[in-house]
Amino acid sequence: MAQREGLGPGGKTGEVIAQALIEQFPEYIKIKKATHNRVYAMVDKTAWLKVATYMKDKFEFDHVTAVSGVDWLEEKKMWVVSHITSYSNQVTAEIIVELPRDKPEIDSVSNLWGGANWHERETYDMFGIIFLGHPRMERILTPEGTDYFPYRKDFVGGRRV
Amino acid sequence: MAEMWLNMGPQHPMTHGLWNLRVKIDGETIVEAEPVVGYLHRGWEKIAENRMYPQIIPLADRLCYGASMSWEHLYCNTIEDMMELEVPDRAKYIRSIVLEAQRIGSHLMWLAALGTDLGSYTIFLYSVRERELFLDLMQNLCGARLTYNYCRIGGVRNDVPANFERDFDRVLTHFEKKMSGLEALMDQSTVFRMRMEDVGYISGEQARNLGVTGPNLRGSGVEYDVRKDDPYEAYADLDFQVCYENEGDAFARYRVRMDEMYESCKIIRQAIKQMPKGPYRLKPPRTAEKGKSGWAHVEDPRGEGFMYAIGNGTDRPYRLKVRSPIFVTVSAAPVMLVGYKVADVPAIMGSVDMCLGETDR
Repeated sequence: MAQREGLGPGGKTGEVIAQALIEQFPEYIKIKKATHNRVYAMVDKTAWLKVATYMKDKFEFDHVTAVSGVDWLEEKKMWVVSHITSYSNQVTAEIIVELPRDKPEIDSVSNLWGGANWHERETYDMFGIIFLGHPRMERILTPEGTDYFPYRKDFVGGRRV
Repeated sequence: MAEMWLNMGPQHPMTHGLWNLRVKIDGETIVEAEPVVGYLHRGWEKIAENRMYPQIIPLADRLCYGASMSWEHLYCNTIEDMMELEVPDRAKYIRSIVLEAQRIGSHLMWLAALGTDLGSYTIFLYSVRERELFLDLMQNLCGARLTYNYCRIGGVRNDVPANFERDFDRVLTHFEKKMSGLEALMDQSTVFRMRMEDVGYISGEQARNLGVTGPNLRGSGVEYDVRKDDPYEAYADLDFQVCYENEGDAFARYRVRMDEMYESCKIIRQAIKQMPKGPYRLKPPRTAEKGKSGWAHVEDPRGEGFMYAIGNGTDRPYRLKVRSPIFVTVSAAPVMLVGYKVADVPAIMGSVDMCLGETDR
């Protein structure tokens, strides 16, 4: 086996990262919970790209685990939930960004992390959430000519009898 | 020379499933590549929203028939995180053992497919023969060979069968002996090395940024393994190495998987020795709180598998998101392909270990 390269223990715990985020963006961020390897936060959509850039540059969050959409039909809002991992600090952050359901638009982070590219396309495909600044905002899984967003709660594809 | 687009797929011997790799070629050289997926899209996440929690376990099996234990375990793990359940210790050990057995089975299936891709039927036959033994072990354990339905929310379905330790020991001893021969068959084959070495290069930096995970990431020299860096089940108590290579080519990815199989044998042996006695399952609640969420990520044989669940007060999830490792890895395929010849495509994509069931969901 080869020699170790690239990865080093960054030594920043989730609590430290959460504290730094609060100090940097006091009016935009709300920390729900922080443990030694998890951070749960809610971020205002206007600051999302800035927070993401800060996390990537300052705390080496270099892996997007997933970008998920959630449709809250009754509350008339949508969520974009990003799970971002820092390899060197061994911390995973869950960041929720809330969007209005009638205008679901959010800044894309796929220019920061190439791994977010297809996740964001999939979220657009399934929920119709538009990621501004994405290099290629097109459908990915559904067939050509699909004109609905299947994972929205008001779309009923079929029912179990 | 004039450039042209070439469709490799949806029906093509290289694809291992239903997907399309569009490559733009200049003569024989690939100048651009574009993977097209979605042919197998079933709307898994939407189906899951209409099922009760225990009903989703066999559904999760179907995400990848080659590594179904890994997916059903990931699902159970996610729901346990959401419901805040602590699994009994014995169940944790049993899960670790079957997960590693599944990893070996999945890697052998990959090796078999890679063998046929590169024109060696011997590799295919040998690896499928050894995989059969692990399928037999699983059959002994839970009655099924491919889609197990064995993990439960809060534990596992049944305790280990009689002679479990003896059977595993026999199979592992036999397998390790056979593996060295199988390894030599490839490592010492000029044809195999010529087709695998120095193709499909991806640097550690690129792989990290593009979200490549698992053996494909470790083949590029990034030593990250969820089992080690964010331990789940019993992995924190078990001693094993993270296998990685620095070369970043198709051969390095092959080497990582071969080393991992030896490590898995080591893990299984330790886990069987340390397995505590006690209950193997607890009774989980039927419903999850409204608005409560949970997530888990595990080291799937193909990379980092991840699920995110939200409850809504009933016995069905409000939302269940799946991250498939290969879905993201295949988005990085253009980086691995550009600059190489069309004839290298089967070797490069074969080394990635595609599985379309989980990619398209």
